[in-house]
Amino acid sequence: MPEVKVRKTVTGVEDVFHEGGPVAAKPYRRGFILKVIANPFAGEYVEDIQPFMEDLKPLGMQMAGDLIAAMGVEPSGIEGYGKGAIIGEAGEIEHGALWHAPGGYSMREHVPNSTAIVPSTKKVGGPGTRLDVPVTHVAASYVRSHFDAIEVAVEGAPRADEMVVVLVMTTGARVHNRAGGLPASDIKGEDGLR
Amino acid sequence: MSIAKIRKIAVFVDEIHIEQGKTIDPPTRRACAVAVINNPFAGRFVEDLSDLMQVGEELGGLLGRRAVAALGIRPADAESYGKAALVGENGELEHAAAILHPKLGAPLRKAVEKGAALVPSSKKRGGMGTVLDVPLGHKDAAYVRSHFDGMEVRISDAPRANEILVAVAVTDSGRPLPRVGGLTSDEAIGEDGLR
Repeated sequence: MPEVKVRKTVTGVEDVFHEGGPVAAKPYRRGFILKVIANPFAGEYVEDIQPFMEDLKPLGMQMAGDLIAAMGVEPSGIEGYGKGAIIGEAGEIEHGALWHAPGGYSMREHVPNSTAIVPSTKKVGGPGTRLDVPVTHVAASYVRSHFDAIEVAVEGAPRADEMVVVLVMTTGARVHNRAGGLPASDIKGEDGLR
Repeated sequence: MSIAKIRKIAVFVDEIHIEQGKTIDPPTRRACAVAVINNPFAGRFVEDLSDLMQVGEELGGLLGRRAVAALGIRPADAESYGKAALVGENGELEHAAAILHPKLGAPLRKAVEKGAALVPSSKKRGGMGTVLDVPLGHKDAAYVRSHFDGMEVRISDAPRANEILVAVAVTDSGRPLPRVGGLTSDEAIGEDGLR
């Protein structure tokens, strides 16, 4: 079982007070946590990569807990989430796919009533590559006010034999949301969609 | 009542656990707090920049405290600091200077306790998503070579043309594997700000 080797951790939390319109009574908070880790499969084709998903589970759980703490809210205050991965050039996109289960389920373990699928994105890229990580409502994917994306990048990573794994969370709707659709107040939260 | 019209505040923390294969324990940690503010002088020449100097005073304390809080340290445990501003396209470089230089330092020094050394700085103009490199130096003795560093920050949707991005970085450590000699942190006296 390859051990997860972490080279760097970066967290970011942003409070949005307004975007040209009325100042929000409660700022819209958006946060990310990312880890730069060694890619145990870099440089060669390995058929059986799934055991690494198990190794990533504790890392995912730790990241989700740390991000909620950094955001300074109770787990129930998390209303949107997403995940992503950037794989260095000696790896393949499939290695990023290993983050789907450990990344997603770690957040769903922490956040109550998180019945919605965790949206995701991934790509292969060099150091400093930017990734736009999608965000949707934790209990109902169709809630239009909570669709968002958080751009992340880390200076100097991923190196060729590394991967960057990312979790993102938000505390509510976009600051001036007014594009209609299903409001969060109308969701049933049973099927993860509405 | 805030003087600065703040649209956003973002705080980033960067921890290095491994550098060039060597474990860094405890990890070196850098925090940068960033405010995105309205530029009251965008698009016109204004001679008297004192409003922006007031903004600098307010943000020095606010961002300094945010960075220290994000590191979870006592103010006295801060080791290095730096500041920078990025002016949107309708502003001028002098606007960054008005924020950074006259009044930002004193409240920042309060936030990190002491701070005998000059706060290193950088400034530039740019569009949304421009990368800003915030220089770092030891807070009490500028010649401490292990603590010369820089932290990169960027915000994808700022600064807009009429905005300014103001950044304050604070660390609880120097570079992860310092080995280029010079004055060490232990040897620094920290009275004249230099050694």
